[in-house]
Amino acid sequence: MRLWRKFYCLSLASVSQNYFKLFDLDQSFCIDLSTLERHYRKIQSAVHPDRFVTASSAEKLSAMQQATLANEAYQTLKKPASRAKYLLSLSQIDATQETNTAMPMDFLIQQMAWRETLEDCKADKDIAGLEQLATEMRQAAHLLAEELNRLFDEQNDLSAATDATRKLIFIDKVCEDINKAITQIED
Amino acid sequence: MALLQISEPGMSAAPHQHKLAIGIDLGTTNSLVATVRSGMSTVLQDQHGHALLPSIVHYGEAQQVIVGHEAKVKQNADPVNTIASVKRLMGRSLKDIVDKAHIPYRFVSPPSDDASQGMVLLDTRAGLKSPVEISAEILKTLKNRAQAALGGELTGAVITVPAYFDDAQRQATKDAARLAGLHVLRLLNEPTAAAVAYGLDNAAEGVYVIYDLGGGTFDVSILHLSKGIFEVLATNGDSALGGDDFDHRIYCWILDQIRDANPSKQPLSEKDTRLLLTKARQAKEWLTENEEAQITCKLSSAYTVDVTLTAAAFVELTENLVRKTLSPMRKAMRDASLDLTDIKGVVLVGGATRMPHVRQAVQDFFQQAPLTNLDPDKVVAIGAAIQANVLAGNRSGDDLLLLDVTPLSLGLETMGGLVEKVIPRNSTLPVARAQDFTTFKDGQTAMSIHVLQGERDLVSACRSLARFELRGIPPMAAGAARIRVTFQVDADGLLSVSAREETKGVEASISVKPSYGLNEDAIIDMLKSSFSEAESDKKARALAEAKVDAMGIISAIHIALEQDGHLLNAVEKEAISKHIKALETALAGEQSRAIHDATAALNTATEAFAAKRMDESVSRALAGKNIDEVNL
Repeated sequence: MRLWRKFYCLSLASVSQNYFKLFDLDQSFCIDLSTLERHYRKIQSAVHPDRFVTASSAEKLSAMQQATLANEAYQTLKKPASRAKYLLSLSQIDATQETNTAMPMDFLIQQMAWRETLEDCKADKDIAGLEQLATEMRQAAHLLAEELNRLFDEQNDLSAATDATRKLIFIDKVCEDINKAITQIED
Repeated sequence: MALLQISEPGMSAAPHQHKLAIGIDLGTTNSLVATVRSGMSTVLQDQHGHALLPSIVHYGEAQQVIVGHEAKVKQNADPVNTIASVKRLMGRSLKDIVDKAHIPYRFVSPPSDDASQGMVLLDTRAGLKSPVEISAEILKTLKNRAQAALGGELTGAVITVPAYFDDAQRQATKDAARLAGLHVLRLLNEPTAAAVAYGLDNAAEGVYVIYDLGGGTFDVSILHLSKGIFEVLATNGDSALGGDDFDHRIYCWILDQIRDANPSKQPLSEKDTRLLLTKARQAKEWLTENEEAQITCKLSSAYTVDVTLTAAAFVELTENLVRKTLSPMRKAMRDASLDLTDIKGVVLVGGATRMPHVRQAVQDFFQQAPLTNLDPDKVVAIGAAIQANVLAGNRSGDDLLLLDVTPLSLGLETMGGLVEKVIPRNSTLPVARAQDFTTFKDGQTAMSIHVLQGERDLVSACRSLARFELRGIPPMAAGAARIRVTFQVDADGLLSVSAREETKGVEASISVKPSYGLNEDAIIDMLKSSFSEAESDKKARALAEAKVDAMGIISAIHIALEQDGHLLNAVEKEAISKHIKALETALAGEQSRAIHDATAALNTATEAFAAKRMDESVSRALAGKNIDEVNL
């Protein structure tokens, strides 16, 4: 690992650049993923550092920053949870803030049930059980994404959208833990 | 102005001029160099017609350094001074090397206050040698081969590394290239290189798995191939698993066999160890097409080894090595969120995939026969050459783009010896993340940060990359400072770090202690000792290099102005041409320092222009799409 001799200001989350605008998409939750992918590839084809290997170092740096931004923006918009969170952040709402609205009781109960199943399967080294749980979580995530479609794009209900986004983020976290648990058992 | 467009060899050239660029597969067992000539990629051979250069370096009695086949011949007679498989030692400390007793080299820890830190050194006849220096000898040999074959100075090289190489191993490889006097255009992951060679050759589209079992490393990469874009979805592997380990299993088996027959339990000499390892490798290769291998040789004690290893016994002996490749495959599949039915094809790369039971294991896992219609030894070098040709600007790159990922998560040490992930594994490169820190004491002006790479939660289970000391934080009340540390992983997969105090806008200075890599001073020392040139030669070289840099940037900026000059107003244009003139004046002055400074100034002066051009490229890229879409 080497160090930058000079500090270059990298503008990432704080950028003025709107991710939707970058990919020439309407700012909404429901986006056409194939358009996103096609535009992402076009932008990378134009700005990737591989295109600037023989350019001046100012251009190399600029290419790296632009390609970095395109990657960050693409990853953010690609997945429903991060897309929802990003949309909220454009309205100055931080969905991950602890002090935000509390989860409804039924989801809290559901949440505990999922966690319990995860722990049981882990203790029993039950990979099939973990995979079954992952499938269940994916279905729940799918329903939530559909709900977010309505909340963002039809009803513009940002408060309810924040709740749904937090649920989706939670589900993603559990899915990650499931994968981690499967890996641990396999190793 | 017209004067500046005259191009000289090795300098920024007219667009039509073919630049000499090479791809190097720096392998554990063998290394290769390839290039693209008249649109065809070819592996370059030495004067004896050998394409493969054994990755073996011999330090001779008359201070000569011998590389390749001739070094291989010396292996049995002089194992201590004949280094093979040095790739396994790159960016590794003494502590990392598990089989020390069965490797016939004299390992030394670098002089350090902490024995677990620093890259291992080898004690040879030519003195203490770092794996970086030994690798540089292999690279130099390939560079010379390429220059002889292509008849000119090289513009640069793409060098391949295992996808699962960590930051220390990548940096060590780049340092070795620098020592060998090679300009590295890009470090390219081996499975990605293989995918390029295979994909372009077969017009492949869809999701492909590259299973790359080399001499010392194992990689699995899953790529999505579509219209010349090679997008890595996930990669995994084991940077200490390869064909060498299969040899070791046979070697240990031989020891077991002769221990039964020969009760004298004397430890083997370095020569005998080398001899039996060579015999083990030969037996492994023989068993690829035969049912049994006879291993006979005479040890220095006059004892004769005569044993027979059957293919079935070999499979049993190495079953768990093959099984060790399955877990990375499962992890990569899971990270890419793919099912077996999504996989269009599985490409085998690396000499070790010739073993029938390895092929069978891959077939069983993916439930389809792997693709073997390419030479597993050469495909990586060919892919690297294709990429080098594009990067050097010989081929319009519009039809080829590689989007690779970082193989391992990067994180920071937090309270209680835990690691907090900053950049997750399989992030598409280049990637950057910023993390904010604050002070915990009033008036605190420094803090230390420990950067780690790996997937585990505990600091002790991850690889330490570096420790940073941030200094120059303006004194403030505890918790008031906001120090933003930015981690950037570039297209080579290498990490760099910068820091800035946000509330006062002060740049914090960082001192780095790389955990395994060589520091800048050590590299400069090696460079100095490798060029035994007079002071005047050094000055001449510095001046020549400064001139090449200066001419290069002037030419690049002229092209940029021609293409996108409309993005600048008259004042901005004037400012840039003032700096160009200053650099031209400096060039006439023949002083490397002045040229260097004027080049840096010109660079800084064009940063805003470069950023504008990049924005323009983005809008142009998307404007082009409308036409495409209409046409579709």
